[in-house]
Amino acid sequence: MKKILVYGYGNPGRQDDGLGILLAQKIEKWARDQGYDNINTDTNYQLNIEDAYNLNNYDIVVYADASIEEIDDFKFETIKPVINPAFSMHSVSPEFVIGLCQEMYNKIPEVYLMHIKGYKWEFMVDLTEAAQENLEKAFLSLKDTISNIMGH
Amino acid sequence: MGQKITIEPVTRVEGHGKVTIHIDNKGNVNQTRLHIVEFRGFERFVQGRPYWEAPVLVQRLCGICPVSHHLAAAKALDVIVGAGTGEGLTPTGEKMRRLMHYGQMFQSHSLHFFHLASPDLLFGIDSDPLTRNVIGVALANKDLAVQGVMMRKFGQEIIEATAGKKIHGTGAIPGGINKHLSQKDKERFLNGDAPMNVDHMINWAQEALEFFKDYHNKNKAVIDQFVEFPSSHLSLIRKDGALDLYHGVLRAVDKDGKIILHDIDYQDYYKYIDEEVRSWSYMKFPYLKEFGKNEGWYTVGPLARMNTAEFIDTPLAQEEFKLFKSYNGDKPCHRPMHAHWARLIEILHSAEKIKELLNDNDLLEGELVAKGKKKSEGVGLIEAPRGTLFHHYKVNENDQIDMCNLIVSTTNNNEPMNLAVNQVATREMTGKTEISEGMMNAVEVAIRAYDPCLSCATHALGQMPLEISLFDHNNNLIDKKRSI
Repeated sequence: MKKILVYGYGNPGRQDDGLGILLAQKIEKWARDQGYDNINTDTNYQLNIEDAYNLNNYDIVVYADASIEEIDDFKFETIKPVINPAFSMHSVSPEFVIGLCQEMYNKIPEVYLMHIKGYKWEFMVDLTEAAQENLEKAFLSLKDTISNIMGH
Repeated sequence: MGQKITIEPVTRVEGHGKVTIHIDNKGNVNQTRLHIVEFRGFERFVQGRPYWEAPVLVQRLCGICPVSHHLAAAKALDVIVGAGTGEGLTPTGEKMRRLMHYGQMFQSHSLHFFHLASPDLLFGIDSDPLTRNVIGVALANKDLAVQGVMMRKFGQEIIEATAGKKIHGTGAIPGGINKHLSQKDKERFLNGDAPMNVDHMINWAQEALEFFKDYHNKNKAVIDQFVEFPSSHLSLIRKDGALDLYHGVLRAVDKDGKIILHDIDYQDYYKYIDEEVRSWSYMKFPYLKEFGKNEGWYTVGPLARMNTAEFIDTPLAQEEFKLFKSYNGDKPCHRPMHAHWARLIEILHSAEKIKELLNDNDLLEGELVAKGKKKSEGVGLIEAPRGTLFHHYKVNENDQIDMCNLIVSTTNNNEPMNLAVNQVATREMTGKTEISEGMMNAVEVAIRAYDPCLSCATHALGQMPLEISLFDHNNNLIDKKRSI
């Protein structure tokens, strides 16, 4: 069975920036309830270079992050490795992590990014109502996607 | 008309900076400045908050060195809750915090050397920026890249085991720590499968030092002559003169090694150190009051620590320390590129300290928190990876923070970074009509030697609006922009 990682990142202390982490936590609970021990989750405030090592251990990785893009609620897309010479630990992108994984381990998993639309970024813990709705939609969609991958 | 050259943003440093270089009508560089344009304001954000929240709140200054802010704030609050400093904590409280801190030093220095600085060493300052990056390192020297990633991962796991989380943990609380180390964590860090055990990390730290020394032997001009200027140096130091990254007294030495700040109790730092505001940067310029704004500036960080310390109390790092000191004639080293060397010695020292602590049973049992008579003011200092970090708080009768003053490591290095940038820019750009990528990177290399975290280093909301001024070669103001 394919090993799947759902990795949410962002700052839950900055209101809707916590969307990615909250999605990972919902997937974690759902996977445990379903008894899917091939699904792992991880969360962090930001991506780091050591995540390239973690990628190496999975077949499918789904990153989840809050988004300020002009999208309705969420967007799910495949992402590819990139080389970014202006590397800073303050802004490690998923594409950069994949690129590093590819160069270090000569392989990469299938990698997707779930963008979830956020609206406010104040020093607060609770999501806005609209972001909460987007989180639920993204969760339902990702749950279905993972179920399909697993043939259920 | 003179020209102004702007390098923005500065790459492979933490945060965003901007360098402006003013060239006169004869092509001579007549002024270079490192501008800090980010704006954080944590000193104001924490005002009114309960004091016990500070170690968790202030670490959000940064996702790179949160442990340093977490611990410096906790140390200041140790004083406020009456636990005092240093030996006032329980053995478990102090040793757990030290383990967390050495994990932070180990991962942060490893990250800097392997992933921010090593591209310059591997490929050369003039090389193509498309290859001079961490991906390029992975392509050219896969072992080096993997080693860097795994060393960083090991340090992060030490942090997670002591602070609760890899980033923005909650382990340190006023007066101590909130947990013991688990037997399982102790066992895996000591005897886990290679490479994720401390002995393997010590070996890798030694290999990294050999890599650097070999490079140094073959490229003395780059390491020894790239930039050099006399400076005073400041750091915490253990009372017996040993390097101590977690706690001690505050010492400064002058360019010749003479002690000019005599091992003071850091609760009194404000009697000896002041901060100057300059209109062109959000970052203040600290200086030793006794020597004034022009002469009192100093350097902090790994190089400064090698210059203030008399010895290192772990055997392998001590041998490397002796080599370092000997190479520099047992005098203070004023070559910023030697900070890479110093950083690698500290990686080795941190790994040795981690091993020493992991074998100490105080981590597994014992009282976690000390308390005493409450006070209204406390100062916490720590040697963060980038240098001495100051946290100072005053609280009111309702336990709310009334005042917070932070002097972060990068701020302490403000003046030397500007001097280094000016020296390199003058050498590289005088008489040139075109700016090459290599010249631009030379300026950045000078900054990068200080491992600055520019996002930590800016101050309170509303105090200093951003102001950009443009001067011609006659020093006439020809443009000025101001924003909040």
